[in-house]
Amino acid sequence: MVSKSPTNPLVIAAQALFYGLFAVIIAIFSTWPEYAHLEEDRSLIKLSFSYHGEPVGECRERSPEELAKLAPNMRVAKVCPRERSPIRVRIDLDGQPLFEGSAPPAGLSKDGASTLYRRFEVPAGEHLVSVKMNDNVRIADFNLVREEKVTLKPAQIMVIDVRKDQGGIFFE
Amino acid sequence: MDSIRQGGLALLQRIERFFDAFFGAAGNPWRHLGALGFHFLWIALATGIYLFIVLDTGIEDVHTSIEYYTHEQWWLGGILRSLHRYSADGLVLVMLLHLLREFLYGRFHSFRWYSWITGVPTIWLVYASGIGGYWLVWDQLGLFSAVASAEWFDWLPIFSTPATRNFLPGVLTDRFFSLLVFLHIGIPLTLMLALWVHIQRISQADVFPSRALALGTFVMLLVLAFVKPTVSHGKADLSVVPEVLHIDWYYLFIHPLMYLTSPAGLWLVAGGATLLLLALPLLPHRKQEPIAVVNPPNCNGCRRCFVDCPYGAIAMLPHPDKPGHELARVLPDLCASCGICAGACPSSTPFRSVEQLVTGIDMPQQPIGALRQDMERRIAALTGPVKIAVFGCECAAGAGAVEDQGTAVMNLMCTGLLPPSFVEYALRGGADGVLVTGCREGSCAYRFGTQWTEQRLAGKREPHLRPGVPAERLRIAWADRHEMSDLKAALDDFRENLKNLDADEKRLRPYTPRRTVKNG
Repeated sequence: MVSKSPTNPLVIAAQALFYGLFAVIIAIFSTWPEYAHLEEDRSLIKLSFSYHGEPVGECRERSPEELAKLAPNMRVAKVCPRERSPIRVRIDLDGQPLFEGSAPPAGLSKDGASTLYRRFEVPAGEHLVSVKMNDNVRIADFNLVREEKVTLKPAQIMVIDVRKDQGGIFFE
Repeated sequence: MDSIRQGGLALLQRIERFFDAFFGAAGNPWRHLGALGFHFLWIALATGIYLFIVLDTGIEDVHTSIEYYTHEQWWLGGILRSLHRYSADGLVLVMLLHLLREFLYGRFHSFRWYSWITGVPTIWLVYASGIGGYWLVWDQLGLFSAVASAEWFDWLPIFSTPATRNFLPGVLTDRFFSLLVFLHIGIPLTLMLALWVHIQRISQADVFPSRALALGTFVMLLVLAFVKPTVSHGKADLSVVPEVLHIDWYYLFIHPLMYLTSPAGLWLVAGGATLLLLALPLLPHRKQEPIAVVNPPNCNGCRRCFVDCPYGAIAMLPHPDKPGHELARVLPDLCASCGICAGACPSSTPFRSVEQLVTGIDMPQQPIGALRQDMERRIAALTGPVKIAVFGCECAAGAGAVEDQGTAVMNLMCTGLLPPSFVEYALRGGADGVLVTGCREGSCAYRFGTQWTEQRLAGKREPHLRPGVPAERLRIAWADRHEMSDLKAALDDFRENLKNLDADEKRLRPYTPRRTVKNG
């Protein structure tokens, strides 16, 4: 039976040992093992946008009869549909399809922005990146296109985004 | 599942007993994991205040600022930063061990459902506090954690714009960073509130470890801070993926797990684990015993049951008939049916002359009057050369197994139910010795049964054992459920010691009960 007296050298040594072990357990898993998020010679392409598609229909003029039925303060001649088009996306990498999908507009009336976020790990090096988008259901084909040769360094992140004020699709 | 839990409990109790030998029950970290968690949280909060005051929290400045305090002012800022980090790591470690320990002890159902359920959100809050702290450093690890967390939350349809878009080049601003600072203060404050709620249904909560344990762990963290100071990764760069990260696995293991599976997979793991923990109290379990009952004519309002109740289940109310007096009242939702209150009641003394002994607060399933009758009958039936009365505990090593011709065993719901006067009564009623056993300190199913009994028998707590009771004829032998051999060995040793005493040596004068029919 060990004497529990705090002055017992065996008790002091054992306590020091256990506190040391406690510290080692905390310290080890605080930084180890190392984690490599991306394999060597790989790069990351992120597709990320938040973009309002075009209205799903044309604006039209109200007839005089329709206007007459409205309250005087509501008699706006031109009426446009609220609903926005979904954004269709297709990405090809070196001629091979990388992603194809669609981002629906947000909101109960589908009048919000379409948002999408995807990440693709690709080999580092030179690639032909082709991004095609359609933001208007009244147009059958892709109406926003960007195709460019890019050189990706290992661990580099390239973002594909689309903004009207940036002239459409852009790489960053 | 129960057999696995029992196996785990036996292993845990062996570990706890091993550590008892070097730390004592009061300083044994295994027995005070909750208090250690609070201790680590206090250290993290205290060191966090300094870091909050001195750090520049702008997105461009914070990394430079932290680097300055880590390397230039290492003797204060660097040490405090390391203490902040390691105490937070220690908090996760002891929190998870605390969760495991309470599970193995079966402390998740019946009257304990509240503490168990309220403990579950604190796990989320601890992780949210810690992970948010990594973002504030705004190094490559912080950026990685922030993006991974955003990708995880983006899986939920709650953001109109993906949170990950905040971490694209040119988007991030100081305002967003101010939000992070606000969260890293707000979430730990919410955590403290949640912990306050967590301990609401227990009295005298173990939130401060003993001085020795607090000092020992603090020195441990301090040494660790000197030996392995916390350092940052390179400054966050939104255009590259960091090649190698020295991840803090206590907090950030969720990110590799997500990339190994998927955001949906991680939600499944985290949500599933949370639901499982919340559902545990609903699993089939033993029905709770009847709760304590107050007998007003025998309650003198002394407050001892009120003070000793481990769960704050007793309230003292003004006596309806005696102005200036109080009367105990049991709060049914809080009562754990442990009987510690009956052991604290001065009316529980078996020396009272009433034929039908009724005490001030009693357990219907094991009334004090019935215990006195049972003890008298069993001691009278003893025939061995050395007669020993054993007071055992249903939660500890099964004392019933040591019963024989010379040993009378009274198994209590909790040793804390034992009024100390029963020891003297047994010795004066024919027993040569009394052995009291129960769970080891810290293992008691009802928190304070062991501690209060030990203090009552040592004369340090009311009601106390009278000093005239010879120590040679009383043996206390704590033994957890799997320590039956220890109990048997203690009993054999006690019997041998009693054999060596002369028949009249250290023996109390016999007591012959004179009973009256009238009660009170």
